[in-house]
Amino acid sequence: MRHTISVLVENEFGVLSRVSGLFSGRGFNIESLCVAETIDPETSRMTIVTSGNEQIVEQIKKQLHKLINVIKVIDHQEIDSLERELALIKVTAEAETRAEILRIVDIFRARVVDVTQKSYTVEITGDENKVAAIIEMLRPMGIKELVRTGKVAMGRGSKTAK
Amino acid sequence: MKKTGAQILLESLRLEGADIIFGYPGGAVLDVYDELFNFPIKHILVRHEQAAVHAADGYARATGRPGVCLVTSGPGATNTVTGIATAYMDSIPIVVFSGQVPSALIGNDAFQEADIVGITRPCTKHNYLVKDVADLARIIKEAFYLATTGRPGPVLVDIPKDVLRAATTFHYPDEVKMRSYNPTYKGHPGQIVKAVKLILKSRQPVAYVGGGTILSEAALELTEFSRLLTIPTTTTLMGLGAFPEDDPLSMGMLGMHGTYRANMAVTECDLLIAIGARFDDRVTGNLEKFAPNAKIIHIDIDPTSISKNVKVDVPIVGDVKDVLGNIIKTIVEEDIEAYKKSLQPWNKQIHEWKATYPLAYKKKKNIINPQYVVEKISELAGEDAIISTEVGQNQMWTAQYYKFMKPRTFLTSGGLGTMGYGFPAAMGAQAAFPDRLVIDIAGDGSIQMNIQELATVMQYRLPVKIAILNNHFLGMVRQWQELFYDKKYSYTCMQVQPDYVKLAEAYGAKGFRATKVEEVEAVIKKGFATDGPVIMEFVVAKEEDVYPMVPAGAPISEMLLV
Repeated sequence: MRHTISVLVENEFGVLSRVSGLFSGRGFNIESLCVAETIDPETSRMTIVTSGNEQIVEQIKKQLHKLINVIKVIDHQEIDSLERELALIKVTAEAETRAEILRIVDIFRARVVDVTQKSYTVEITGDENKVAAIIEMLRPMGIKELVRTGKVAMGRGSKTAK
Repeated sequence: MKKTGAQILLESLRLEGADIIFGYPGGAVLDVYDELFNFPIKHILVRHEQAAVHAADGYARATGRPGVCLVTSGPGATNTVTGIATAYMDSIPIVVFSGQVPSALIGNDAFQEADIVGITRPCTKHNYLVKDVADLARIIKEAFYLATTGRPGPVLVDIPKDVLRAATTFHYPDEVKMRSYNPTYKGHPGQIVKAVKLILKSRQPVAYVGGGTILSEAALELTEFSRLLTIPTTTTLMGLGAFPEDDPLSMGMLGMHGTYRANMAVTECDLLIAIGARFDDRVTGNLEKFAPNAKIIHIDIDPTSISKNVKVDVPIVGDVKDVLGNIIKTIVEEDIEAYKKSLQPWNKQIHEWKATYPLAYKKKKNIINPQYVVEKISELAGEDAIISTEVGQNQMWTAQYYKFMKPRTFLTSGGLGTMGYGFPAAMGAQAAFPDRLVIDIAGDGSIQMNIQELATVMQYRLPVKIAILNNHFLGMVRQWQELFYDKKYSYTCMQVQPDYVKLAEAYGAKGFRATKVEEVEAVIKKGFATDGPVIMEFVVAKEEDVYPMVPAGAPISEMLLV
């Protein structure tokens, strides 16, 4: 099963390599990993999408927690969470498809952020299903390039992860 | 007054109570060595950096205090990796200080540069690259704190040369503030009550004791616990010494080369109480068939050890000493007699197993049995002797035939299985306890891996006794080839070997050799009675095997016996 895990870490050099090294060294999966500073410049937050059976995911969480620089580990499968991902999609836009692409962009509440004679670059933000859906819709037009941030996640409600 | 990084390092070590540094100088740490010349901490100059780490590890295992190493950058640092990985697998507290090229050169492939922080990241509990001399004192404080608390382990501190030369005001912090590190020592009271209930309900319990019990200084609590309830007790390789082996409740070691009764008891038990142990594959064999009918209580300070390999019914995260103490307190006295009575059939069964298949070997007349040598050493060394081993048959025969009575008297590389560990570890233990008898029980393969340390023990008058069980083979590998690879002894025969007696003499030590059974006792006695380092070579049966043996991946109840 897939799990989205947030890892609050000390914003120190080498932390990313400790975390990624833990996954590679113990044979755990990483589907995506996203990391940046939080509101507190001394901490960073990683969002890791991983998969495995219950026992493996339990080990992943414990092992993450064991790393000295890790402050907190949150499994979003256990709480009600918001999950978002951003993608930039460079899609072929010839005369006959330009209007159709704009309609799709509109339906998904995405945006065109760069235009040429031959292409649109579309920015989409949303949960996994939404991003996957627009990619499927645009695929027949010819996707020239695709980049995704990987997921970020946050618990719903006023409680915070500190 | 300002102090340089080099001065801060040594002052900090002094404040941490370090009395011995095992080290080897080089360009990047010249400033430290310059200060060390007149500094009141003893330094032992080893002959290879790997030995420095094993010595610090042996010092830590024997004393319970963290061992300290100091090496230079590049090759000095990379030579420590095997030692660090050894300590990591067995959770031994050591702090390794490595010099690094000057900050400005890091990443430039400078002379004697190695990314030792990157290299040791997966085999240290934590490591540091010190970028500013102002952080040095705090980092050293944290390094010792991390190495010795929670589940202990090695910590490496890499210090660039310019940081060692830079100066700042020295203030050694009184305490450590790390918001991301808070090991749990106190077991959860609710879990302890649950565990006690489960124990009192059991009729065929087994205490399965690992090295965590020794690390936690909980041997007394364990002994009290087992005796109070008459629970049969088996130890892992790392747990040897935690429970006195002359106690009728002692079942010796379990696992691949465990005793028949220990492996049968674990297979048949209805409750397994795992105490500071981690269900290693050499212990469990086929996991599906390991303690198949048992409920499991698992006490461990490291949450990642719990339910890693085996699903546990009552996990207790905490320090073994604290948890066992609380379990003993929770047990109501009125329950004890009835419980002990209910265990009588179980204890009787275990004694029957012991009587039917005791640890045994076929005694040969004209050639020395290696097991006999270990038995004799055990008989003659005394309870306070510290025993180290190398890895392989020598290690297993020692685990089986040496009667360990006290914690911290057995130093062996259990997790990593590092050949070449035993001699330098013995050297480290001897440096900590100059007046105790310290013996390395070695094989002819392993001893050659760090034999250069004979010079070190001579220089510092460390009277380590080395007993080589010489079968002219890499014995354990040969045993596997015999049993599982059609006796094809591919590259396991050590045909050419030094004359160990002459080798000892070449270094200025004493060497004795026994080739006949009748000579064994005399050689051991002579070796023990001789001042200074001694090599005792025992030319033993070439193709003797370690039994019992559980083939890899088989259930531990399926043992090959003598």
